[in-house]
Amino acid sequence: MTVAVSPLGDYQPGTTVLHRLPVGAKLLGLVVLSVVAVAFRGVTTTGALLVLGVLLSLVARVRLRAALRSLRAVAFGLALLAAYQSWQQGAAHAFVVVGALLALVLLATVFTTTTSVERMIDAITRWLGPLRRFGVRPDLVALAFSLTIRGIPLTLELAAETRDAARARGLERNPRAYLVPLVIRVVAHARATGDALHARGLGDD
Amino acid sequence: MSRIELDRVVVRAATPGGPVPEVTILEETTLDLTEQRVALIGPNGSGKSTLARLVNGLVEPTSGRVVVDGLDVAKKGRQVRRRVGFVFTDPTSQLVMPTVIEDVGLSLRHLERDRERRAEAAREVLASYGLAELADRSVHTLSGGQRQLLALAGVLATDPDVLVADEPTTLLDLRNARMIGDLLLGLRQQLVLATHDLDLALRCDRALLVDDGAVVADGAPAEVVAHYRATASG
Repeated sequence: MTVAVSPLGDYQPGTTVLHRLPVGAKLLGLVVLSVVAVAFRGVTTTGALLVLGVLLSLVARVRLRAALRSLRAVAFGLALLAAYQSWQQGAAHAFVVVGALLALVLLATVFTTTTSVERMIDAITRWLGPLRRFGVRPDLVALAFSLTIRGIPLTLELAAETRDAARARGLERNPRAYLVPLVIRVVAHARATGDALHARGLGDD
Repeated sequence: MSRIELDRVVVRAATPGGPVPEVTILEETTLDLTEQRVALIGPNGSGKSTLARLVNGLVEPTSGRVVVDGLDVAKKGRQVRRRVGFVFTDPTSQLVMPTVIEDVGLSLRHLERDRERRAEAAREVLASYGLAELADRSVHTLSGGQRQLLALAGVLATDPDVLVADEPTTLLDLRNARMIGDLLLGLRQQLVLATHDLDLALRCDRALLVDDGAVVADGAPAEVVAHYRATASG
């Protein structure tokens, strides 16, 4: 069986200060830093965000392998973007754009590796509580959120299996032989997950 | 002991674009299941899974009634699902949280709102199934046997009265299939087990042979399995 892991990193249990911080504070920090990266675009900002990303990764004791995995997942796209930006606007601009994206991926990895999905669900349920009166069901929204997180590695796992199956039949160069079964398998899996949630009585509340 | 009743249940499915507008998945079936362990056996596509899925409302009958402990599944689905746990063939779709302990915790959410107490209860459940050391592991990194055991632990965490298992050992190797099979047959819950493992079926208290959408044999497992073996070998 092919085993895929989340490109944003799985939760690593721990007791660091970042593990203990409330979910809301961490998420707000991530949002603020994202806004800063866009609003104060520049070499200094990008450099500072990269340093911060590395520092927080060290504080949170993010495993090197998890950090590299996160960066590897976006490396190809970022390399293309860096090449394009260098060609169009110069190396400094490429550093600003690509460096900021890299820093934000690292910061997002710090968030996911220090925050269990269960804590996120609790936080989302709490935040959406006041919206109950408007018909919003916080438990269901939180469950959808957790399914999305779970869906990332699972889709990668299905993609790897489908690619292997296409390769085994000598069809590795035929995109249709890869994409069509992949879409069908993802939809079938979504339906099976729906059945499983239904069977567990989740969403009945 | 729980009681599962099927009263003249028929299941049909529409076949858009097919040669006939709808096909019968399960012909009219009336059953009264009161035994501790009931096996459903039969060939692929015979209707075993449909029969199993009727018990907790995953499949709704086209006509007839399914009643569990006096509760009509169509009308009291929520209460029935609290009483009836379900284990699927492929545990991957059943495990919806990233880590082992969180997945069991998800089952316990409606029983315990406090996160710390819920985590403690989840650890107790994991310990009782020998999964304590895997508590913080990602579910993606588990073996097939560990995933199925976790899926089972997640369902049994809420202590249902009935457990329906739809070919839970089909994807497992011999050792894991035996381990899961032994565990299922040793449960205090009433068990409805759809399976291709005839050794497992023989250890149940009652067996139903389903073929081509109908229950064609019903009785003591030894007789029903012998009948299935005779018909399967032509």
